[in-house]
Amino acid sequence: MKALNIIETAYRGTLEEQDDTIVWITHAMKGAGGDLSVLLRGNAVNYGVKAQNVGALSFGARQQKSAPQLAEDVAKLPGKGVEVFIVEEDLSERGIAAGDLVDGLTAVSRDQVPKLFDGFDQVWHW
Amino acid sequence: MADKKTLTFALMDAPFENARSTTALRLIDIAARRGYDINVFAYEGAVYLPFSHQAKHANAVHGHEVEEEDHPLPREWVSAVIAEAEKNGGKVDWVNCGLCVDERGAADSVDGVRRGTPGDFWNMASASDGTLVIPTK
Repeated sequence: MKALNIIETAYRGTLEEQDDTIVWITHAMKGAGGDLSVLLRGNAVNYGVKAQNVGALSFGARQQKSAPQLAEDVAKLPGKGVEVFIVEEDLSERGIAAGDLVDGLTAVSRDQVPKLFDGFDQVWHW
Repeated sequence: MADKKTLTFALMDAPFENARSTTALRLIDIAARRGYDINVFAYEGAVYLPFSHQAKHANAVHGHEVEEEDHPLPREWVSAVIAEAEKNGGKVDWVNCGLCVDERGAADSVDGVRRGTPGDFWNMASASDGTLVIPTK
């Protein structure tokens, strides 16, 4: 079985979870033997931007360590055999150039997305 | 049942915040009435859907005492769909994401709910006729 995780809702609890929960569950399911790919669309295309940097969160004297590293988490997926697609128009609408992205992502146009679905048994839109 | 289906649902929303998980439970209820085998992977806030300490309350704005108000409790709905599936020859395998439970202190669940991992979700989806994810937006 092959599944495609479409990630559209971006920065959902990422400060609290220290990651994106769908990127995380993709890593976890791949580790459990799953055959998955990821499609970043909408605001979630920003997950691929390597310059993003979240400073350490602090409340009073409580300094939170281990801030989220979203671009790194996405960049690690292809190395594990998880192909990561990203929608070109969603990048250009946000002024994000290909050179702004981490390596290993595969750009697809919106027109190509339905054809992309054909390669998967299940498509999960998060 | 020759056309018996196996369906998997992934839920993310905490109870009492929006109608998405209620809609999911309505779909699960239909499947339970048909005797289908149903898998639920409760991820993130959804692990609170079967939380056993949910309690009904009175509502002064409505002018109702506890009994008259009959406040909805998702834990009762979860128990009800589990019982409904069993009554009709199906089953509900409700898996709460273990790490999500730990970070929320939500370990106490109604009967029929078990702790699991994303690997359980993968295995359930792989063995299903269809999977529906209903994420937090």
